[in-house]
Amino acid sequence: MDINATLIGQAVWFGLFIWFTMKFVWPPLQRAMHERQKQIADGLAAAERGRQELEQAAKRTEEILVEARHKAQELLVQADKRASQIVEEAKNVAKTEGERLLTGAKAEIEQEVFRAKEALRTQVAALVVAGAEQILNREVDAKVHAELLTQIQGRF
Amino acid sequence: MSTQGQTSTEYIVHHLTNLKVGTGFWSLHLDTLIISGLLGMMVFGLMWRVARGATAGVPGPLQNFIEMTVNMIDAQVRDTFHGKSELITPLAITIFVWVFVMNAMDLIPVDFLPSLLGLTGVPYLKVVPTTDPNATFAMSITVFLLMMFYNLKVKGFGGYTREVLTVPFGKWLFPINIMFRVIEDLAKPISLALRLFGNMYAGEMVFILIALLGLAQPLLAVPWAIFHILIITLQAFVFMMLTIVYMAMAHESH
Repeated sequence: MDINATLIGQAVWFGLFIWFTMKFVWPPLQRAMHERQKQIADGLAAAERGRQELEQAAKRTEEILVEARHKAQELLVQADKRASQIVEEAKNVAKTEGERLLTGAKAEIEQEVFRAKEALRTQVAALVVAGAEQILNREVDAKVHAELLTQIQGRF
Repeated sequence: MSTQGQTSTEYIVHHLTNLKVGTGFWSLHLDTLIISGLLGMMVFGLMWRVARGATAGVPGPLQNFIEMTVNMIDAQVRDTFHGKSELITPLAITIFVWVFVMNAMDLIPVDFLPSLLGLTGVPYLKVVPTTDPNATFAMSITVFLLMMFYNLKVKGFGGYTREVLTVPFGKWLFPINIMFRVIEDLAKPISLALRLFGNMYAGEMVFILIALLGLAQPLLAVPWAIFHILIITLQAFVFMMLTIVYMAMAHESH
């Protein structure tokens, strides 16, 4: 054991290195580590927040979907109702229209029949007169029976 | 192996002699001073370079390694030392890192540096600074002075005096208390320094003895070196840990 002034020299080195570490090595390292720690903590918190937001969004989506489904159902029912209503109305309209047309046609037919009857009557009368004329031409003197014939013609 | 014309004893003594200038107390062990100084400058310079460029982003491998080491030391400090101090963690870092690199010089084969520098005419070289009690006592005495400083600073002169007089046996047995305190406080730096010195000196001695075995040297030196990695780290850690404990004791009243 040879203790000498080297002791003092070594103590100087030691003190110097302590000072150096305290001044230049430890503070920046500590700062960097603290900062990273904070960043990681922030990142984790953000991730947690994101996860929660995602959960909420999923829940909201579910709600909106359910609501939409309900609305769609409602609309479907309404549309059904409206459709049957429209069909009913159309049926009614068609029925009335048909009846109207039928009535019109009937009236026209009656008129036609009347007109035909009229024409027939005239023709039959003419025929009868012609027939009678021919018979009478042979049997009866026209002059004698003229008065009678006019009477019959008038009766038709 | 030993150089020609040397007995084993001469070889061992040669390896255990410091490169010394001056006589008496006012002499210097140049090898201890230069090697420990260079090692400190290299390792703390490296740490400074990394620390200066340290970012909070993804750290590179070197920054990561240094941060892990520093973080481990800081965790030890925070576990043991509950006060607030700007000094304790840097002090612990300095002790652990410096003692570790000085101890690690033990892993360089014992003849390598002395022979290399012997060629340039350096007669003696003791490579491991911590096998020089001057280095270990310089650290332990500095720690002791810091301990005294914090004792007085935290407790005040009155508080410190009262603690010395009354702990552990109460005020009526104050002479015994003082004696206990003196022994306790003196034992701290002495045990701190001698533990490190003894371990490293013994380890170095084993390396030198193995080196004398000739061809069997690699067979034994490699396992011993691997085992010695443990001792190197452990002694650095123990020195650091005890320093933290002493500092914590200086900050807390009994």
